[in-house]
Amino acid sequence: MSKQEKEPIFSAKNLNLLTAPLNRNNPITIQVLGICSALAVTVKLKPALVMALSVTIVIAISNVVIAALRQYIPDRIRIIVQLVVIATLVILVDQILKAYAFDVSKQLSVFVGLIITNCIIMGRLEAFAMANKPWPAFLDGLGNGAGYGIILIIVSFFRELLGSGTIYGYPVIEKTGLYSVGYENNGMMILPPMALIVVGLIIWVQRSRDKSLIENK
Amino acid sequence: MDIMENLLNIFVKSIFVENMVFAFFLGMCSYLAVSKTVKTSIGLGIAVVFVLIITVPVNFLIEKFILKKGALVWLGEGFADVDLSFLTFIVFIAVIAAMVQLVEMIVEKFSPALYNSLGIFLPLIAVNCAILGASLFMQEREYANIAEATVFGIGSGIGWLLAIVGIAAIREKLRYSNVPDPLKGLGITFILTGLMAIAFMGFMGITI
Repeated sequence: MSKQEKEPIFSAKNLNLLTAPLNRNNPITIQVLGICSALAVTVKLKPALVMALSVTIVIAISNVVIAALRQYIPDRIRIIVQLVVIATLVILVDQILKAYAFDVSKQLSVFVGLIITNCIIMGRLEAFAMANKPWPAFLDGLGNGAGYGIILIIVSFFRELLGSGTIYGYPVIEKTGLYSVGYENNGMMILPPMALIVVGLIIWVQRSRDKSLIENK
Repeated sequence: MDIMENLLNIFVKSIFVENMVFAFFLGMCSYLAVSKTVKTSIGLGIAVVFVLIITVPVNFLIEKFILKKGALVWLGEGFADVDLSFLTFIVFIAVIAAMVQLVEMIVEKFSPALYNSLGIFLPLIAVNCAILGASLFMQEREYANIAEATVFGIGSGIGWLLAIVGIAAIREKLRYSNVPDPLKGLGITFILTGLMAIAFMGFMGITI
């Protein structure tokens, strides 16, 4: 029995926890979780990166905490316990952002606070951390955070490039001289609706590549 | 009349111009998950309006008399420097969770019919980002008095109700149309929401 418990730290099963959310089990496009905050911060790459990082940190740590406490949490009040753990971590993240990255924290405005109600975190706590040991839960948290981050980065990359003509603040279009031959930024991309449409297109691409993900309805 | 005009302005603005779903993407999770039929989406929408009407003013009072910098001054001069605003998130979410529970009990007692039709949706609302989002926006925009905060709460709720009923109606009709396979379900819903959001942007800049 002891042999079974001595699973290598990076066994295939554990690695799968880390990589599955990047594509086949992506929290945004497949599990449909955490869309609320995902779209509003994707106008520029920088806030999207900060947001992705914050969510990954919160989800990984809260997964570990809940997984470590899982045998002591009474079933009836587990939602409140989870909310308290998440809210505490989010307050920490918020205070750190305000101290070291004030301008980004202003751009993110209420959406840092909204990490608390981000359904990815609650969803992973309920579905995974309540039934697993801390180490797999940590990997699961990292994986889902990264899966969330990837979508954020893809969406914000296109929105910033096409909408403002920059990548991470660097004026790519201007440097390549496209403006002088009549290229213009698409102002539409900066507006909120385009975030939804870009995510819709990502889902389209992902599901055309992998037919097994198609919903039968 | 100025006061009424101001309130009306906030009301219209929070429904159409700053719609929770279309301008800020708040409450998207339940918006996507529950919008398969009009009937259930009306139930959830009404529950959201209900909870918002209560939580936004309550959080407004808490913010004004407890959390804000210098808000504790009514306890005595010595409290003038106390700044508890770092506790905002945890207090707001606790209030929301408690209020959802309270609303659930009140509705169950006084209107069992409504309670049965809302069913599972009431407890789910505690983790709906639109609710916490409304409280945080209320804090960020610094509404002057409780009337403004309440009207903002009602308006945001109705805006959300409008959005989810709209998308549910479209999705019901969508069953008869020929959508490309990979877009079925989630993909087309995203794109539809995007198009609805573009339509709602037509309201931008409206003031009364």
